[in-house]
Amino acid sequence: MKRSNQATLVAVSLLIVAALMVAGCTTTGETPGETTTLTVFTAASLTGAFTDIGKAFEAENEGVKVDFVFDGSQALRTQIEHGAAVDIFVSANMKHMNALRDGGFMDDDTVTPFLENSLALVTPADNPAGITGLADLANPGVKLVIGTKDVPFGDYTRQMLDNMAADPEYGEDYRDAVMENVISEETAVTSVMPKLMLGEADVSIVYVSDISKDDRDKLKRFDIPSEYITERPIYPLGILAESPHKVEAESFIAFVRGPDGSATLTDYGFDPIPAEE
Amino acid sequence: MDLTQFQQKSEVSRHSSRTRLGRAALTLLIAVLLALFLLFVTVPIASLFLRISPEAFLRSLAEPVVLDALSLSLITATMSTVIVVIFGTPLALINARHDYRGRDLVDTLTDLPIVLPPAVAGIALLMAFGRRGVVGQYLDLFGIHIAFTTVAVILAQVFVASPFYIRQAKASFEAVDRIYEDAARTLGASPWAVARRITIPLAWGGLISGAILSFARALGEFGATIMFAGNFQGRTQTMPLAIYTTMQGDLDASISLAIILVMISFAVIAAVKVVTRRNF
Repeated sequence: MKRSNQATLVAVSLLIVAALMVAGCTTTGETPGETTTLTVFTAASLTGAFTDIGKAFEAENEGVKVDFVFDGSQALRTQIEHGAAVDIFVSANMKHMNALRDGGFMDDDTVTPFLENSLALVTPADNPAGITGLADLANPGVKLVIGTKDVPFGDYTRQMLDNMAADPEYGEDYRDAVMENVISEETAVTSVMPKLMLGEADVSIVYVSDISKDDRDKLKRFDIPSEYITERPIYPLGILAESPHKVEAESFIAFVRGPDGSATLTDYGFDPIPAEE
Repeated sequence: MDLTQFQQKSEVSRHSSRTRLGRAALTLLIAVLLALFLLFVTVPIASLFLRISPEAFLRSLAEPVVLDALSLSLITATMSTVIVVIFGTPLALINARHDYRGRDLVDTLTDLPIVLPPAVAGIALLMAFGRRGVVGQYLDLFGIHIAFTTVAVILAQVFVASPFYIRQAKASFEAVDRIYEDAARTLGASPWAVARRITIPLAWGGLISGAILSFARALGEFGATIMFAGNFQGRTQTMPLAIYTTMQGDLDASISLAIILVMISFAVIAAVKVVTRRNF
């Protein structure tokens, strides 16, 4: 009896060790003839547009499935730098794309800017803090949400505030007062929107494209005059050097930049950059 | 020696040698499993120390983002531990010593945050104390804002860390022999005096280790904090939030903060060991 117990224990232990070893060695490979899955790391601001484009692409391309990961471009870049297996990277600024290209992660020839976006002030529909323009961001007690310094929309915001601080009309005090009103720094635009819609924040500086069609009655948008925007938000995309699905990735990019993709992007408020023939 | 005897003897010796072999194999396997598990825990922690040079670590310690997070974390975790002890001690004492209707319900509710995912705690707190929340909308009338402030950080920590203290406190109160309390009572001590002079001093070790564990859980709080208190350096960005945020831009700062938390965690375990050993 005792011996059989021991034998069971040995067998179970062996099984665990074997399972660990197998788990360590297997790689998830694809059987030919089955669906190819493209993994596309996409800047969070493109969540709505790329979800739609992905569905349209899948409908036209049987056998190709597109999996998106939407997050702040800096978070996606960090994941790629630490070994995430990705086919396409779409960044909301050149900085993170250039960093990956310099690090040898990108297939350099495929990297191109394809979109422009604009910054906007967004408030809840009832605009509790009575925001009408940039000057109001410095009013005492305004609850402002911006991005961290690394996420592109936070970076663009800081560039804009720096430009305004350099202008005597606003000055350094303005920038300090605005930063004093910040209640949270978010790592992706997608976590700003709920705070506005719940009324927890009075205002945020995000992209024009961030107000989806469904939310237009819940949020209010104020355009930002271009004089303080030195660098318009530009989105590049490209294929990863180690992507095993370059052909499918190229056809997805062609689709994004083609008439259907461009129409969707325009609809969401982006300005597609026409592809060079 | 006849044949059956011989057969029996050889059977026995074969049996015992097989048992010995089995035992050796078992020992070896257990050793391998143990070693694998220990490696699995220690390699990642050691990697934190291997991936950063001492100079870079020291340089990061001077970064405002690191200093702000460290001081905010220590302050908020201390505050939340004090709050948990103030509210939790009477609750634990009453539930350890008195049987009343609904005690099981109270026990269940106080334990709930242990099994509740922090993300659930985060959204629940926001729905309650947010500016338009169930409670928050009335506080807002008085100009009291909780969400996205340092107070929200403390509330989130109290929410998730309180069971660690209350459970431990209740168990240590239950472990105090009622004989001493009864003796004090027959000598005319009031219930308050009994608690203060007899029960609490006898349960002291357990209370301290419970408070330390609660402090450690508060220090590590992430999910509920980022959802309910937001992420702002110096105000709501505690160490775990700063680790998450700086990982996306300043890996050295992120690793340095992680190393500090590893050290604090070791100190916590050591402190609990010392406290409990001295008292039991």
